[in-house]
Amino acid sequence: MSTLTARLRGRQDRNVWFWVFVGPFALGLLVFVYVPILWSVYLSFFDARNTVSPTHFVGFGNYLYLLRDPAFVSSMGTFALFAVFIVPVTYVCSLALALLVNRARVAQAFFRSAFFLPTACSYVIAALIWRLSLFSGARFGLANNVLRAFGLENVNWLGGANYGYWVVLVSLRLWLQVGFYMILFLAGLQRIPRDTYEAAAIDGAVGWRVLRHITLPQLRSTSAAVVLLLLIGAFQAFDEFYNTLITVGGYPPFARPPLVYLYLVSVGGGTQDLGLGSAGTIILTLVVAAVGLVQLRLFSLGGREERA
Amino acid sequence: MRTSPALAALRYLVLSLLAVLFLLPFYVLLRNGFSSDRLLARATWHWWPDDVSLTSLRELFANDDVRMARSLLNSAVVAVVQTVATVLISALAGYGLARIDSRTNRVVLGLTVLTLMVPAAVTFIPSFVIVSTLGWISSLRGLIIPVLFSAFATFLFRQFFLGFPRELEEAAMIDGAGYWRTFWRVVMPNTYGICAAVGTITFIGSWNAFLWPLLIGQDRDFRTVQVALSQFMNSQGVDLPQLFVGSAVAILPVLLVFLFLQRYLVQGVERSGID
Repeated sequence: MSTLTARLRGRQDRNVWFWVFVGPFALGLLVFVYVPILWSVYLSFFDARNTVSPTHFVGFGNYLYLLRDPAFVSSMGTFALFAVFIVPVTYVCSLALALLVNRARVAQAFFRSAFFLPTACSYVIAALIWRLSLFSGARFGLANNVLRAFGLENVNWLGGANYGYWVVLVSLRLWLQVGFYMILFLAGLQRIPRDTYEAAAIDGAVGWRVLRHITLPQLRSTSAAVVLLLLIGAFQAFDEFYNTLITVGGYPPFARPPLVYLYLVSVGGGTQDLGLGSAGTIILTLVVAAVGLVQLRLFSLGGREERA
Repeated sequence: MRTSPALAALRYLVLSLLAVLFLLPFYVLLRNGFSSDRLLARATWHWWPDDVSLTSLRELFANDDVRMARSLLNSAVVAVVQTVATVLISALAGYGLARIDSRTNRVVLGLTVLTLMVPAAVTFIPSFVIVSTLGWISSLRGLIIPVLFSAFATFLFRQFFLGFPRELEEAAMIDGAGYWRTFWRVVMPNTYGICAAVGTITFIGSWNAFLWPLLIGQDRDFRTVQVALSQFMNSQGVDLPQLFVGSAVAILPVLLVFLFLQRYLVQGVERSGID
């Protein structure tokens, strides 16, 4: 039958219809993603302070400046540190939640909703609750009330004198995101055939060994997707850093992940240096694309193993 | 598998404690919105609000620095238009990419997948440059149009249409229907589930978006509610009850979407992890 449809529709016809369907999207992608990126490549070779049509060519000057700028290098360090905390912690917590919820017979839907609900909250509102109520550095914060109940001193969580702000940022992101990944793991768990477990039970496998030898291997592709999403997500972190740490006096000098650095350099700071911002964007884009490609490669290799 | 009653009880105890912990921030939000400034500043934590009235809410909407009503309207327009347009544009493109074989198909597909790997947030400076060249800073156009072309949604639709039974479409085509009529009469009526999934994810993402609206909504009349709240939080001598009652209002639309369309949201999330 498909040869019949093929004969009914000429090749010319098909090209026209392809553009009718895909045209709006392709045009938007071109104008708002690809042209901007190419323009940024161009801008990154110029001194483009406060202008989008610069004239002073600086070659690789912006790139060299960034790679030598301690603030940029430390922003990559901040990302790495954040990722080192947030990726494994979110992975473990969401998997644990999924396992717990999956085994609940009664009120499963309620628990799933309760853990998933924070995903609907915005980072702005979460940051507001975290910094002004839960982890406020003043005496009235909930965390400080709990500390005092144990006879400890108040902690100035966001002042930068200690690393308290990591507790705030990681717990906030964890609360907001863990439900999303729990849903992914739940879907993965429900795809595992029941008889795999039954066979294991007959072999006498229990508890930890079932998890280690059956559940985790079967969740391989879900795990790969979760880790990739978590890494890319950590790379994009902006909203919670900005809203948790910015003050009336501006953004503090510490805890500046790459996007916050770029924002302050090119839009939100004193000088609008679009050349520097563009060079930074190109560096970040290459890093993200590299991470994605490596992960994709590992993932498809894993996929082949599974099929064999 | 059977588990002992003690273990099951322990599991429910842990689940319940965690559920309380996860819902706690929502309660704190409400408590703060319905408390007086004095209560919030007290050294010891109080669980119960002391000012359960609409005073703060009324003051907030009268506060000319925040312009709550205007920012809510902006958010609503952006979120609704973005949701409808994204579903439409992505469904069309996804269908074209899945079904219409053309020389350019592979090129567009390749560009789409490449975009998937580099999230829009990373390239916010290039997008900002283009939009400011177009003169769209501080405009609804600038808030909406650049974010309508979602590689993620298009790819999701393409994967969905690849698995759609071809026989239905072929029957329609034999009856003389072209691609256009087949798409609207045969394909779309069987696609509500995925449209709802993409729609709910887009709506929540759009309502909660911060970085792009922060860049574009520089004029106070074009702030979305997230930007308005963020700037209110960082103003001198902020009124905390007003700030929190405003947050409660801002979270309401997404909570409603979540409660009523959770099924589709879950479907959307599940699909987002697989491919």
